[in-house]
Amino acid sequence: MRHILSVLLENEPGSLSRVVGLFSQRNFNIESLTVAATDDETLSRITITTSGNDKVVEQVTKQLNKLVDVVKVVDLTEGDHIERELMMIKYKASGAARDEIKRTADIFRGQIIDITPTTYTVQLVGSSSKLDAFIDALETANLIEVVRTGVSGIARGEKVLSI
Amino acid sequence: MELLSGAEILIRALQDQGTTKIYGYPGGSVLHIYDALFQQDKVEHILVRHEQAATHMADAYARATGKAGVAMVTSGPGATNAITGIATAYTDSIPMVVITGQVMSHLIGEDAFQETDMIGISRPVVKHSFTVKHPTEIAEIVKKAFHIAESGRPGPVVIDVPKDMTNPTDKFEYVYPKSVKMRSYNPVSKGHSGQIKKAFDLLINAKRPVLYTGGGVIIGDACAELIELAQSLNYPVTNTLMGLGAYPGTDKQFVGMLGMHGSYEANMTMHHSDLILAVGVRFDDRVTNGLDKFCPTAKVVHIDIDPTSISKNVRADVPIVGPAKVVLQDFLKQLKASKTKPDAEALKTWWKQIDEWRTRHGGRYETDDSELMKPQQVIEMLSKVTNGDAYVCSDVGQHQMFAAQYYKFDKPNRWINSGGLGTMGYGFPAAMGVKVNFPDADVACVTGEGSIQMNIQELSTCSQYDIPVKIICLNNGSLGMVRQWQDMNYESRHSHSYMESLPDFVKLVESYGHVGIRVEKYEDLEEAMRKAFAMKDKLVFMDIKIDPHEHVYPMQIPRGSMRDMLLSKTERT
Ligand SMILES: Cc1ncc(C[n+]2csc(CCOP(=O)(O)OP(=O)(O)O)c2C)c(N)n1
Ligand SMILES: [Mg+2]
Repeated sequence: MRHILSVLLENEPGSLSRVVGLFSQRNFNIESLTVAATDDETLSRITITTSGNDKVVEQVTKQLNKLVDVVKVVDLTEGDHIERELMMIKYKASGAARDEIKRTADIFRGQIIDITPTTYTVQLVGSSSKLDAFIDALETANLIEVVRTGVSGIARGEKVLSI
Repeated sequence: MELLSGAEILIRALQDQGTTKIYGYPGGSVLHIYDALFQQDKVEHILVRHEQAATHMADAYARATGKAGVAMVTSGPGATNAITGIATAYTDSIPMVVITGQVMSHLIGEDAFQETDMIGISRPVVKHSFTVKHPTEIAEIVKKAFHIAESGRPGPVVIDVPKDMTNPTDKFEYVYPKSVKMRSYNPVSKGHSGQIKKAFDLLINAKRPVLYTGGGVIIGDACAELIELAQSLNYPVTNTLMGLGAYPGTDKQFVGMLGMHGSYEANMTMHHSDLILAVGVRFDDRVTNGLDKFCPTAKVVHIDIDPTSISKNVRADVPIVGPAKVVLQDFLKQLKASKTKPDAEALKTWWKQIDEWRTRHGGRYETDDSELMKPQQVIEMLSKVTNGDAYVCSDVGQHQMFAAQYYKFDKPNRWINSGGLGTMGYGFPAAMGVKVNFPDADVACVTGEGSIQMNIQELSTCSQYDIPVKIICLNNGSLGMVRQWQDMNYESRHSHSYMESLPDFVKLVESYGHVGIRVEKYEDLEEAMRKAFAMKDKLVFMDIKIDPHEHVYPMQIPRGSMRDMLLSKTERT
């Protein structure tokens, strides 16, 4: 099963490499990882998507908690939550394809953020599966480049992750 | 206000931490620190001959005392030489602080002379690490390093010190913090009372219980509680390789070590139990054998300070995260208040069964017709000559297993070996680390002719500092443990497990000013060993020729259950 883990971490040099190192060292997989400082500069927040059976995810969570720099870990997928990912995707866009890309971007509530006579670059925000669906909806022959940020997540309602 | 350089701050912090000995080797990036060391006399430095030995000495000090040992090495090759020792400590959860020099801050990342990314290289084998970014941080980093190393599940901590942080002309205020607080690091201080209650109910109602305890009981200083609990309940106790000595080895409730080379009765007791109280253990693969066949009728209560150890390999029915000492004290309180008593009838039957297993095997070995001495005889003699009271620091191989099986440890912290990583070369420096801290104790290094050569250069350190350890070398002329596996699994094709060109160990140690004794016959053993231990101020190397064909038994059959064992070359369960 897919899990989204949110991690609060001391914003120290080397702390991120401990988190990343843990995953390779313990043979856990990372599907995506995003990281940035929070409103409190001394803390970074990481969102990791990983998959595995319950036993594996339990180990991942415990091992993350065990790192001395890690302040808190929660598994967002245990409760209601919102996940978002941002994608920028560039297409060859001439002839009929040009209209098709525009139309599809509109349907997905994407924005065209860069245009040349022969290309379109679309920006799309949503869940990972929405971004996947967008890619599937268009002819891949025209696709030139994709960049995705990886998932960021937050719990719904009053639940917060803070120290 | 006193002003000190970074180097002086570092040494002062060690003094204020109560460190009296450090083990190390100098080099370019730590020269300022060595100069500060030279100008004081509270912290004594022991110069080893290879950095690996420095880390093992610090590690063994920690195993014998429970307090973090300290090693110091230079950058680059000094640091990489220390890695094996750091990993050895990490795998066995041993508290240690390792100070590594680093090139000057502005050179980091430039591939400078003797630069290695020590924080990166050591990352998977440390509990935590620090880089000093300003000399004023040093005192607090040292305090934190000891705190992290010694608390929770202990482990090694590296402090990487760029040379410019110790510059003798840059002076700063020095204050050693009384305590440190870290919002991201708060090891648990007690177990969950509801869980303890649940566990206790299982424990008191068990019909075929066993206490399976490990290194966590020793490093967690919970031996007295374990003994009291086991003896109040009259339940059998087995210890892991790391846990030997936590429960007295000569007591009748002790069924021996368990696992791959555990005793027949310990493995049988585990397999047939209905309740396992596991304390400070991690259900290592060298203990459990095939996980799918592990103790089919047992419920598992698992106490450990590290939640990652719980339900990692074997699912715990009742997990308890907490320090072994505090949790066992809670069990004792429950026991005193409990109306339910252990089922005496069931226990009687259980002990009868265990005693039958004992008589079936009970640690026997064959002393056949041959003239050759058996390694087991040597260890039994060592146990006798030292009254079971020596610090036994072992290397890795067959001799290690024989020492674990046949030396009867009645006290904790006496059996010192690299259990988790299995580091050949550990034993001799470990013995040195113990001896310099316990000069009046008998300290033996049990080793093989293979392992001893991995750190034999330390004979020189022992001459320089007069470290009179006794080296008991079980010389079988081969990498015995490798050879045993080749005998069993590769039709005795002894690929590179034969030790050709062994030195004359007696002459070798004599050249360093030590004493060498060669023993070839069993009838000479006792006298020679007594003589060796009587030479209180001499390092004695006993080169003892043993049967090269001996195998370690019992031995669990791979992927079987705990009770599937080979008992000798011709018998299996
Ligand atoms: C550094 C290191 N290298 C290799 C091994 C693999 N190994 C385990 S036991 C052993 C043989 C040890 O030989 P010796 O010290 O003579 O002990 P014996 O088994 O003969 O008693 C070897 C090579 C190891 N444990 N450590
Ligand atoms: Mg050998």
